[in-house]
Amino acid sequence: MNTRREILTVANAVDGKLGLTHLRMDPAVLAQQAVVAEDGGNPQLAENFLRAAELATMDDEDVMNLYEALRPHRSTGAELEALRVSLERRGAARCAELVRQAADAYTRRGLLR
Amino acid sequence: MQELGRFRVLDEKPVNLDGFSVADADLGLVAMHSPHDPSPSLVVDGDVVTELDGKPADAFDVIDEFIARYGIDLTVADEAMALDDAVLARMAVDVNVPRAEVVRLIGGTTPAKLARVLALMSPVEMQMAMAKMRARRTPSNQAHVTNQLDDPLLIAADAAAAVAYGFREVETTVPVLGDAASNAVALLIGSQVGTPGALAQCSIEEALELRLGLRGLTSYAETISIYGTEQVFVDGDDTPFSKAVLTSAYASRGLKMRVTSGGGAEVLMGAAERCSILYLESRCVSLARALGSQGVQNGGVDGVGVVASVPDGMKELLAENLMVMMRDLESCAGNDNLISESDIRRSAHTLPVLLAGADFVFSGFGSIPRYDNAFALSNFNSDDMDDFLVLQRDWGADGGLRTVSPQHLASVRRRAATAVQAVYRDLGLADYDDERVEQVVAANGSRDLPAGHPKMVAEAAASIEARQLTVFDVVASLHRTGYPEEAESIMRLTRERLGGDQLQTSAIFDDQFRVLSKITDPNDYAGPGTGYVPGDVRRAEIDAIRQQRSTAELTADQAEHQNHILVSDVEPARQGSDPREVCIGLSPAWGRSVWLSLCGLTVGEVLRQISAGLEEEGCVPRLVRVRSTIDVGLIGLTAARLSGSGIGIGLQGKGTALIHRRDLAPLANLELFSVAPLLTPQMYRELGKNAARHAKGMAPVPIFTGGTDESISARYHARAVALVALERRACEPGEPPVTVEVRRA
Repeated sequence: MNTRREILTVANAVDGKLGLTHLRMDPAVLAQQAVVAEDGGNPQLAENFLRAAELATMDDEDVMNLYEALRPHRSTGAELEALRVSLERRGAARCAELVRQAADAYTRRGLLR
Repeated sequence: MQELGRFRVLDEKPVNLDGFSVADADLGLVAMHSPHDPSPSLVVDGDVVTELDGKPADAFDVIDEFIARYGIDLTVADEAMALDDAVLARMAVDVNVPRAEVVRLIGGTTPAKLARVLALMSPVEMQMAMAKMRARRTPSNQAHVTNQLDDPLLIAADAAAAVAYGFREVETTVPVLGDAASNAVALLIGSQVGTPGALAQCSIEEALELRLGLRGLTSYAETISIYGTEQVFVDGDDTPFSKAVLTSAYASRGLKMRVTSGGGAEVLMGAAERCSILYLESRCVSLARALGSQGVQNGGVDGVGVVASVPDGMKELLAENLMVMMRDLESCAGNDNLISESDIRRSAHTLPVLLAGADFVFSGFGSIPRYDNAFALSNFNSDDMDDFLVLQRDWGADGGLRTVSPQHLASVRRRAATAVQAVYRDLGLADYDDERVEQVVAANGSRDLPAGHPKMVAEAAASIEARQLTVFDVVASLHRTGYPEEAESIMRLTRERLGGDQLQTSAIFDDQFRVLSKITDPNDYAGPGTGYVPGDVRRAEIDAIRQQRSTAELTADQAEHQNHILVSDVEPARQGSDPREVCIGLSPAWGRSVWLSLCGLTVGEVLRQISAGLEEEGCVPRLVRVRSTIDVGLIGLTAARLSGSGIGIGLQGKGTALIHRRDLAPLANLELFSVAPLLTPQMYRELGKNAARHAKGMAPVPIFTGGTDESISARYHARAVALVALERRACEPGEPPVTVEVRRA
């Protein structure tokens, strides 16, 4: 955990050793912050951090694509189901569940493509 | 009908440029309650909500759906929903009920329930509740930093100025979308000059904003807009589910975020579903909590004019902030939109928040001139900075800001502008010359700058995008070009962010990169003598406005006129017998330590005019120093009793003067010039003439001063107090009056 942060130095930036992956949170840090949030009485904030821990393992484009897919009238039911399965497969269970819930709600409210 | 003078004047007042609407529930134009607001209800089957605020699950829109799934603490819902609205409202206000208990119960309330609780409170009760319910103990403030040219040097200079003033979050946006990346880089650099640790954001379209954040060019986001009706939400091109992904996406890269709501947006979009502004905002706040957002910007954002146009509008805005606090979220308390053309109304909007305290008193104080604000004009702007600093001092209230000296301001503005100049050259983004830097340092705003090449910023931004520059490129460039402190601060900020403590509720970094949040700096207000109190250092910052002056400073100009006349004692003052004699009683400090009166005339000139007036009417002045009192009435009466005519004049060094008669009570003088700052040589001469007329038994001629619009008290009383202190020091109680002679030096 610490080494992950300690690599973020000016010298390493000057030497061109740092890239986008170094800006991602460590999922373990987010899990720890989720415990703090839960202990502080905010389980929703904790849930957000746990979803974020899943996104922290994805590259930027995958995160952007997930967001775009859930905007209104962007995806068909089948596309959301495929997205859900792929998230499930890569261990992003909470994000997968969110997509499942969205698919249900979008079907009922006419927000699918 | 005949035009009435009073209305002619009233019609010209700025408040009458504001629009005021007749409340209309069918349009949602109603603040605290609409007859169409649903009654609070919650039905739970197992751990599934089957009815929310009168709506069965199969009729849930996407907002209901999300709140029902995530937003309500079902373990306390039965208890909370069963409590009377008034009981909950009193618990929120009562200093004896701990914050945590209110938070626990409110967690089990539906949007309609919380709206009803808030609607019961008076504005003062809301302030009491805010003092207790805000999450972070130490208040803070956020600034808008934008300009019409998107000039990166100016953005950096203004960002450095903002953090010097004490803002801990700075927010930019663009008039021209293509400039966004340049603005973000300039803001990032400027915000770490002089005072490190402030968070920076660039508010643009959701997806583009996230992309800047993913590259580390911003450190927080707040314009993740949510709305209280499904129609408006979807028109905004999002759903609660997509917003939930955005919320988590920011957290996954260590970016603090909060959502933005704020009443009135649904009315503006014509889709308020006949509900009150407060109820729809309560839905937003419930949703914010359900999304896992740590905070909310509301209470005076884009729809503020709509809210302020209806009865109870300002109260509703305050209620929005309080709802956020009661749901245990960070309150970024609006005030970032100019609510009125009237200075009185816009102050009235902000003051309750300043006094009660909020995590951020403004969700965007316009740190730049009004015309340069690319969001909308803020409720307070750069030309209001002195007013705000004085308000903090007046009330001993911490609004997060402090005085900045011109030297320091110039120094950080120059450092920020040259840093951006260097980085833009180093990265091949743009070449700004040294003259531009100097223009930026001195500028009040973009109108003080030549426009420059119109495509320069767009090309710089396009280059940042084409090369997908990241925060690390900026850090490396700052280091290469001789800005190691700023490089280190930005890297430190990036590194600290990955620790995640700043993702907790209400987090800011102080200038030592310590996190202040609900976790590390929890609000512990529990009544008088508890909660946040500015420490000695902070108190001194609040008090030491640049306009304050010591007594010594206020009387420094006296020395410039010292000894312009010479006063010498002649003899102990005796009773005069000449019926044409009028004694002029001089105060203890007159011509001894006070040499300049408040109207700017020397004491010698004042005396010359009064004496000349007496002589023009055939009377003879005699000068008497009254040593035992500084009271101008007693001085005048003493002079009158010594005077052969029985008429005397009392004269203080600061210029206050009156006519007295020997048989009157001390306070019952014949004529009084009480407003010394407005007096003229002619008026003193007329005073002398009238004293003579009294002496001769003639009727005096009224002296009309014409009145004034000036706040005499505000302008002059600090100086008057300093001069009175000199009189008191010169006073010799018990010493008899002395006849004196005054000569020009």
